[in-house]
Amino acid sequence: MSRLNRFSKLGATFLASFARSGRLRHKTGGIALLLLAIFFLLGAGDPATRFSEIGHRMMCTCGCNQILLECNHVGCPASDGMRNELMAAVTRGDSDSLVEQGFVQKYGPTVLAAPTMQGFDRAAYIIPPVVLILGFGLIVVVIRTWKNRPAPAIADGLTPVRGAELEQFRDQARKETDL
Amino acid sequence: MAEIGSFALLLALALSVYSFVAGIIALAFQNRTSSQPASAAATGGRVAAAGEDNPFLSTLRQGSERIGETARRAGIVTFAAVLLASVVLVICAFRDDFSIAYILHHSNRDLPGPYKFAVLWSGQEGSLLFWSLLLAAYGFVLRLRYKTDPRLFAYASVVLSGVQIFFLLLLNFAAHPFAIVQGTIPPDGNGLNPLLQYPEMVIHPPMLYLGYVGFTIPFAFALGALIMKYPGEKWIHITRRWTMVTWAFLTCGVFLGAHWAYSVLGWGGYWGWDPVENASLMPWLTGTAFLHSVMMQEKRGMLKMWNMWLVFATFWLAILGTFLTRSGIISSVHAFAQSSIGDWFAWFLAITLIVFLFFFFKNKSHLRSEHKLESLVSRESSFLFNNLLFVLLCFTVLWGTWFPKISELVQGNKVTVGAPFYNRVAIPVALLLLILTAVGPLLAWRKTSLESLKRNFMWPTIGAIVVAIFLMITPQSWGSAFGLKPWRDISYFYSLMAIALSVLVTLTVASEFYRGGRVISKHTGQGMFASMVQLTHRNTRRYGGYIVHFGVVVVIIGFAGAAFNLDKEMEMKNGDKMTIGGYTLICRSSTEDDNPNYYSQWAILDVFKGGKQIDTMTPVRRFYHASQQTSTMPDIRSGLNEDLYVVFEGVNPDNGRPILRAHLNALVMWIWMGVWIMLIGTVLALIPNAPAPVRLPAPARLEPAHARPMVTGD
Repeated sequence: MSRLNRFSKLGATFLASFARSGRLRHKTGGIALLLLAIFFLLGAGDPATRFSEIGHRMMCTCGCNQILLECNHVGCPASDGMRNELMAAVTRGDSDSLVEQGFVQKYGPTVLAAPTMQGFDRAAYIIPPVVLILGFGLIVVVIRTWKNRPAPAIADGLTPVRGAELEQFRDQARKETDL
Repeated sequence: MAEIGSFALLLALALSVYSFVAGIIALAFQNRTSSQPASAAATGGRVAAAGEDNPFLSTLRQGSERIGETARRAGIVTFAAVLLASVVLVICAFRDDFSIAYILHHSNRDLPGPYKFAVLWSGQEGSLLFWSLLLAAYGFVLRLRYKTDPRLFAYASVVLSGVQIFFLLLLNFAAHPFAIVQGTIPPDGNGLNPLLQYPEMVIHPPMLYLGYVGFTIPFAFALGALIMKYPGEKWIHITRRWTMVTWAFLTCGVFLGAHWAYSVLGWGGYWGWDPVENASLMPWLTGTAFLHSVMMQEKRGMLKMWNMWLVFATFWLAILGTFLTRSGIISSVHAFAQSSIGDWFAWFLAITLIVFLFFFFKNKSHLRSEHKLESLVSRESSFLFNNLLFVLLCFTVLWGTWFPKISELVQGNKVTVGAPFYNRVAIPVALLLLILTAVGPLLAWRKTSLESLKRNFMWPTIGAIVVAIFLMITPQSWGSAFGLKPWRDISYFYSLMAIALSVLVTLTVASEFYRGGRVISKHTGQGMFASMVQLTHRNTRRYGGYIVHFGVVVVIIGFAGAAFNLDKEMEMKNGDKMTIGGYTLICRSSTEDDNPNYYSQWAILDVFKGGKQIDTMTPVRRFYHASQQTSTMPDIRSGLNEDLYVVFEGVNPDNGRPILRAHLNALVMWIWMGVWIMLIGTVLALIPNAPAPVRLPAPARLEPAHARPMVTGD
């Protein structure tokens, strides 16, 4: 639930600052914000859930390439100690980022199962959406280019079928052939 | 025996080189002597001579045809030579010939027979030999079927020979499977990796390799068609079945790998986003994109350049994946991580890219689209977006796989890119893809009116919303997927979205069957089910494709279940209880056994649900004598709703008590069922269409004044 805890804090801060600004006037807006706050505040998690959440965001460092809480080696030189450290940190009430920083300092950045949202690591998350946006833009350009392409030449003396008449023929063709 | 194998490999290399060189010479001379345009040749006819009256040209043409025929036959014999080498290696494994280094490192005397057979693909050198064998087998079939279109097949045969030369060079000079052990020969081998001693490992690699290698065939045809400026879309028709069969093998291979990981690795999951797993997923994604976009080329003559790139990318990614995992560039838990053949693969990748780019830019004017796109709301644009999302997913996997290396180059330290990254980045894209899977089939080619889209889409959408609300309001005690409150966790939100969209896809697929069936039923008076069967038989590709889509949504529902997984670990002495979900496990006893291959320990657990004993489970842990490695054999009680998955993790050395871990994995069975449905759909799509009954209405007399010649349409 750690992610939700972050959301909870975010939600509470957002709600407080919004209310202070005096813009919370409309009833509907108030209800929406209340629902938003409930949504965010619902995620308060117990230590066991936080342990599970953070433990699934870390790797075992024994070389097995497994998520810390999924390492199933009995007598693993790393995971038992790491789990105990994690449990101690969660029981102390350390924040997620503090726990993660502590682990990174001790075991190196590869202990985190995914890149962070800091420095160059952010590129890991930014590049795929950028590619999506560029790809989307490219498709729009392609579609526009294709739409503006001149229609194929037609034999002399023939009138191309257009508009409602064309739609009628299409519907008829679909009904008869599109099984 | 090793000498026979080595000789067979050298012979295969010589034959491949001959097939490649002679094939090129024959095609070059045929091009010079033939004035006939490729279009005529493409129709399957024999190449006509430029000047039948010119005896020199005629002799040259006949000579080139003969050379081409010898190249084809050399390609066929290559298969026999590589087969001989493979058979020799398997025989050596069964004869425990530890004078061969490969057998020494991957087998032992007490290894069971089926695994001795699987030794062929269990290590680096053997798996490369197996790759070469499959490539030769595909080439064998292709060269036997050359009469379909001799000229195009000749080009494809040359491309295949080029790829085969690379693998045979590797086998002869870099990763020789018949290398001899220096010095004293040990009395027994090191044994097969324990993780590979599982029945699925006898099937999984062949399936995966059939998929990887199989994509060489569409690539060979595509490159051949590009080089010879093949007119029309016939090469697409020819390769369609190859591509679908290959795709089915790759699908099967990927999911068998997932099932093997689930059944053997003992961590309770089926996909770990390891580079080797990613390497198999990438060509699958681009191959799937190709299977969709190729329809646009067939039906509308569009996306020719794009399809060329997709075929190339699929082939290239299969090789790139092998390069990534065998060069040691990217660390992997799989067996081939460190070796010296990375440079070979890097060169091969560079050469294939250069060759493809050269012919692409040389002949790209030949790949212009024949039609224009008329509307954004059309099947064509849905395919464009579908391709964008598939390629983006592939890029995301490639990016995630390479990111540790990129990070090391940029900031000097490696980072881990594991499941949390992929879950965050790839799941939203996959959900978008699911929306397109629902919408795409409802769109008509060229243009769809918004009214018809609304009409077709309304009921499936309402159905999906109703199911989503039902899953939210029902109590969690009903089962894993019930009581889904999306605000409680982002994974619940994703699961709810995935299930709702899966319902949407299912309902659109069902409505397509229903609408088509109703039309046939009205015309023929048959029952609805019989009409739907007839409908499917009339257009197997379309309705087989819908069944594949249905299989995909069943798989997605299985993936969505991961949000509800539970697990628990406990040290259990006799009589101890462990409760997980609705199950109670009571340790009856733990015991051990020994045989020549491995020593094993297991626990005997009685399983209770609702106060009633429903099963007895026996998770096992093995220690293999030859390899000195351990492996777990989880006991899995599978159900439609959830799997109870119990692992014997080991024994506490202080008190001798077994340590057991239980997982309650929701909806996993759906994944395996979905794969079966996907395969059934693919097989259906491969069946030729039944001819539609021809109805002959009374001919209407056309008044000459109103008669118009027909305009060429689509």
